[in-house]
Formats: sequence, C-alpha cells, structure tokens
Amino acid sequence: MIELISSMVPADMAAHAPALLVVAPMLLAPVAAFMPNGRLAWILSIIATGFSLLMAITLLAQVRSVDGGAVLSYAMGGWTPDAGIEFRIDSLNSMVLLLVSTIGFLAAIFSWPSVQAEIREAKRAMFFAAYLVCFTGLCGVASTGDAFNLFVFLEISSIATYVLVALGARRDRRALPAAGNYLLLGTIGASFFVVGVGFLYAATGTLNMAELAIRLQPLQGNKAVLAGYAFIFVGLGIKAAMFPLHQWLPNAYAYGPSFVTMFLAATATKVAIYALVRFLFTVFGLEFSFEGSTLIWILMPTSIAAMIACSFQAVFQTDVRRTLAYSSVAQVGYMLLGVSIGTAAGVSAGMFHLVNHALIKGALFMALAGVVLSYQGTSLNDFKGLGRSAPWTMTAFAIGAVSLIGIPLTAGFQSKYALVSALFEHGWWWAVAVVMFSSLLAVVYMGRILEAVFFRAPVNPNKRRKEAPLLILVPLWILAVANIWVGVQGGFVAGLADDAAASLFIGGGS
Amino acid sequence: MLEFILERGNYWAIIGLMMIGLYISFAATNLIKRLVGLGTFQTSIILFYISLSRIDGGTAPILFGKDYGKSKSHDKTDDYGAEGSDYASADAGHGGYDGGHGYGSEGLENVYSNPLPHVLMLTAIVVGVATLAVGLAIIVRIREAYGTVETDEIRAMDLEVAISEAAAQAEESGAGTA
Repeated sequence: MIELISSMVPADMAAHAPALLVVAPMLLAPVAAFMPNGRLAWILSIIATGFSLLMAITLLAQVRSVDGGAVLSYAMGGWTPDAGIEFRIDSLNSMVLLLVSTIGFLAAIFSWPSVQAEIREAKRAMFFAAYLVCFTGLCGVASTGDAFNLFVFLEISSIATYVLVALGARRDRRALPAAGNYLLLGTIGASFFVVGVGFLYAATGTLNMAELAIRLQPLQGNKAVLAGYAFIFVGLGIKAAMFPLHQWLPNAYAYGPSFVTMFLAATATKVAIYALVRFLFTVFGLEFSFEGSTLIWILMPTSIAAMIACSFQAVFQTDVRRTLAYSSVAQVGYMLLGVSIGTAAGVSAGMFHLVNHALIKGALFMALAGVVLSYQGTSLNDFKGLGRSAPWTMTAFAIGAVSLIGIPLTAGFQSKYALVSALFEHGWWWAVAVVMFSSLLAVVYMGRILEAVFFRAPVNPNKRRKEAPLLILVPLWILAVANIWVGVQGGFVAGLADDAAASLFIGGGS
Repeated sequence: MLEFILERGNYWAIIGLMMIGLYISFAATNLIKRLVGLGTFQTSIILFYISLSRIDGGTAPILFGKDYGKSKSHDKTDDYGAEGSDYASADAGHGGYDGGHGYGSEGLENVYSNPLPHVLMLTAIVVGVATLAVGLAIIVRIREAYGTVETDEIRAMDLEVAISEAAAQAEESGAGTA
C-alpha cells in the first residue's frame, strides 16, 4: 500500500518531499490565521496535515526502497551540507515522521467538534494556525540533520504549544498557570540544549549532526564535549518529560483543550525522545566514554522510577485526564528503559513502544475529548455509566485501555513483549519484574476507570449523555483498530522500529 | 591557576549570569520576575556563542584589502576563510587564545571573526523574543483570571478550588450510591 500511494506522487514532488513535508504546513499556517472563519481554517489544516502525511509515506517508501534503509540527504536551498542546512531522512526519521503526520492528520480531522465546543469563534482560525505551526515544528525536528536547526524547530513547536495549552483557560483557568509553567521549563530545556550545541560547535566547528558524529570520535574525554553532552541530555530530558523533569506535563495535559492534549500526548514528547535518541546514538555514539555510564546510572534508574512513582500517582488521581497524564510519564519511562539498554534490540523495543503509545494515548485522549464534548467534566464520577450512554466511544476507550495495560492481541502487549525480551537478553531480569509491577499498576488505574464506565450506574441520570459525533468517532476507531492490528500483526511497526534501531547502530552510528 | 581563571574571564561572567538567571526563574514568586530571570539566562547563552566566535585581533567577516583581491582571483577563498575561522574558534573554545594567529588565518591576510555564531544568535534572539512575548501574554491572562501574578497566591487559590471540587465530588458520589 505504501508503494501504491507513493507511486502516485509526481517524481519532482517526491524528490523534494523532505522540504515539502515541513514547508507545506508552515506556509499554510499564516493563511489559516487570516481565514474569515474557523471552518475554513480547519479544512486548510486538514489539507496541510494530509499533504504532510502523503509526503511522509513517500519518504518512507524511498527509505525502504533500499535494503537496510537508505539515507536521504536533502540540501535545503541547494546549499551543500557543509555550508547549509541538511535535511537527513533515514529509517528512524521516516518512522517518526510517519507517526507525527498520521496523528496530526487524524487529530486535524477530529478537532472540529472539540474546537467548536471549547474555543471561542473569533479565535478558531488563529487556533488552527497555531496548531499548524506546532505541527511544522514537530515535523522539522524529526527531519532536520542540523543541530541548531533542531533547536529552532523545537522552539517553533514549543511556543505554539504554550499558546495552545493556554487556550484551555475558557474551560478551566488553571490552564494559564499550567501554560506559564510549561513555558518556563520548556524554555529552560531548550536553552540547555542550545548551550550544549554551543559546546559541541566550539569543539568541532560544525553543526551538521552526521559531521559532528565523525569529528567527535577523536575528542573522547574532551571537557567541552562532556559539558555539551550533559547540557543536551538534560535539555532534551525536560522536553521529553524524563522522570524528575516531568513537572510541567500533568497540568499542561489536564487543563489544555482536549484536542491539544490528544495531539501533544501522542506526538510532542515522542519527538523529543526521538531527538534524545538521535543525539545519544548518532551524534555521540555508544563508543563515547561518558555515555555508557549515563545510560546505566542515570537513564535506567530514572525511567524505572518513572514507571513506578508515576504509575502510583496515576492510581490516586480522581480526574481521568490527570490519570492519563501521569500514565504518560510512566510510559515515557518504558521507552527510555528500552533505550537505556543500549542494544539494538532495546532501542528497537523503545521505538516500538513509542509508536504504540502514540496510538494508545491518541485513542484514549480522543475518546476523552468525546466525553468532554457531551459532558463537561472528566472526573471519575462523570465517567460512571458512560458505557451505556456512549457505547461506541467507550468501547474504543476500552481498547485503548487494555492496550495500555498490555493485554495480548493489543499493541501495548507487543511492544512490552519486545521490551521484556530485550531486557532478558541483556540480563536485566529484575527490570522485567519492574515492568510487570508497573503494568499491574496500570491494571489498577485503568481498571478503576473501566469499572466506573461499564459497571456503575450514572451518578446523575437526569443529565443526558450522548455518543461523540461522527467526526470524532471515525478517527477514534481508526486508532483503536490500529491498536488491535498492531497487536495481532505487529510485523509492520516492529519492522519499522527494527530498521530504525539498525540504522542507528550500523548506518548512522559513525 | 590564577592565570587559568583570569584568562577565561568572559566564561566566568557568562556562567555567573547564567546561574543568576536560572536561580531567579526558579526562586522568584512573581511571574514577571521569573520571565526576567529567563531573559537573563537566554542572554547569557547569546554572550556565550558570541565569545566563542571572537578571535584576538579579528575583524568583521567582510573581505577587504588584500583578501578582497584574492577572493577575486580564487573563487574558493570565501569558503576557505570561513572554514579556517571555524577551526580557530574551536581552539578558542577549549582554552588557547592564540587560535587567531595560527592556521586559522591561513590563506588570508586579515583575521576574521567567525560569523556563524552571530547568525545563529540572531535566530536565538528571535526565538527568545517570541517566547518572552507569549510568556507576557500568558501572564496578562493570569492577572485577568486570578487578579495576581504571585505564584504562591495562585497556588493557594488553585488548592482551594481543588479541595472544594473534591468535596463536591465525594458528596455527589455519596448521593449516587445512596
């Protein structure tokens, strides 16, 4: 199917796909801002994200056309990589791009009813413009091969995100301090990243990531490089909500508009994790003396702490959104645990879980948006008896929930299985016990919600609840079916993750 | 030792500014002051990049004098010079201050500062301005919604709301089971 779709794209368009993927939503964002009403801006954002999805599929086909994954280098503006900015697409990039653009497209389709209910009419066009800018930034981070350019795209997406989160203020004023806090921490994270890039530039004289990887090889143990490494690690850790640096996340997810929460939960932290993995394995490389100990002594303990501490926090939340937000931090722990193993199997498992978690949280938060639409609150009480009044929405929610827990035949099971076997292979059998324990906690916190949904009587039967509109149901069920499809036949996504990890360890490793 | 510390004076100043900014943005309770701290932090990064690119005796990276003639005779001189100063700034980065007189100026009569960090910082300044603008806009909205810009007061108000919500919810669920 990928080949079929990509064969329909004209050849000269396919040649410029890396640039078009990012430029199309960027150019359409100001156009959307000037649209006279929100509906036109919405249609425009569907067109932009759909086009990006098409380009992402084309890129994937191009990368997969060569055995073992080709590396596409696109010189922006015709400037060769030593002087200009290079867009570099390999198996890992193409996987992340496909993920971001698919989620972006589905999110754009589903957004309208949710935006209609939560955003004022006058602001809707601007809202979609901000969404497109955010989408541009995320795609840019996932495709650029230039370290400083990555910072710029990271900030483009982040600044748009702060605005989007703050727009939740209409429903709950607590969105404003949440956005302010996110802005503060996010900016500090990005600034740390820039300082790190500055150190690397001072030591090597280049900003191109592939070139950096080569020039860093002889600089083992150089103090400037070590400082740069530490700054980049912490900076991207804040963006990726690595455990002790995740404080911005729960409030931002809980009080932002439900559409924004869905989009962020499925993409923003994922892209930051991609950037972290890119720096850990491509730029610095496992040979980098400092890295092995960081993985074992920092990344692994913090991700295990995230899996346990945040799962416990999720258990004690009364608001479903907050439960899911804390669970997101815990799931980031799973991905980083896979990465911290430092083997191809481990990174592959981490990337596999990254994709699956995007599908899971996308489905869960979309269903949540449907609930917010028909009934304002998202507390556990509001969920009671919803299984009867909105069976379609809630069945999809349940599929997402069991997938999050990791029950066989769902996506969550496949990636947890991959993670567990990678852990066994590496001899970290005790970490397997932690994964199991954390999954058990997931049973508790998701089980609480499912119990309320399906086995409790509605608290207030007078309040009419209804099914979410079709515009929400269709993308929601696409994601829910994707969860089952990956769970039953995980070959496609697992293959993508394997290729991505392989490209880090063989092709892009040096 | 003293020499080691003194000849890196610019870096000490930058580290000092950076830590002051970071501390303000964590410790201040006033949101505006937090943004001030953030601005200080970002400015120190800009200074960091700029001082990386500086070379002793370096001029603005515009070819003039004999270099200008050279660049006319060799097409490639332009690229060559830029690359050379890259390496010179690399040296400045990890210690030596004499980078400018070494092979950095090879092939050129004059010594030029590396223009790339300056260009990068133009972008970073734009990003910083955008962040500051969004931050101030959010603070204006916070002031409208809460009537204050002190984080501890905002937290106290939010806590009150959360407690009353929890109480209402407990009541509601109690009514539901009864």
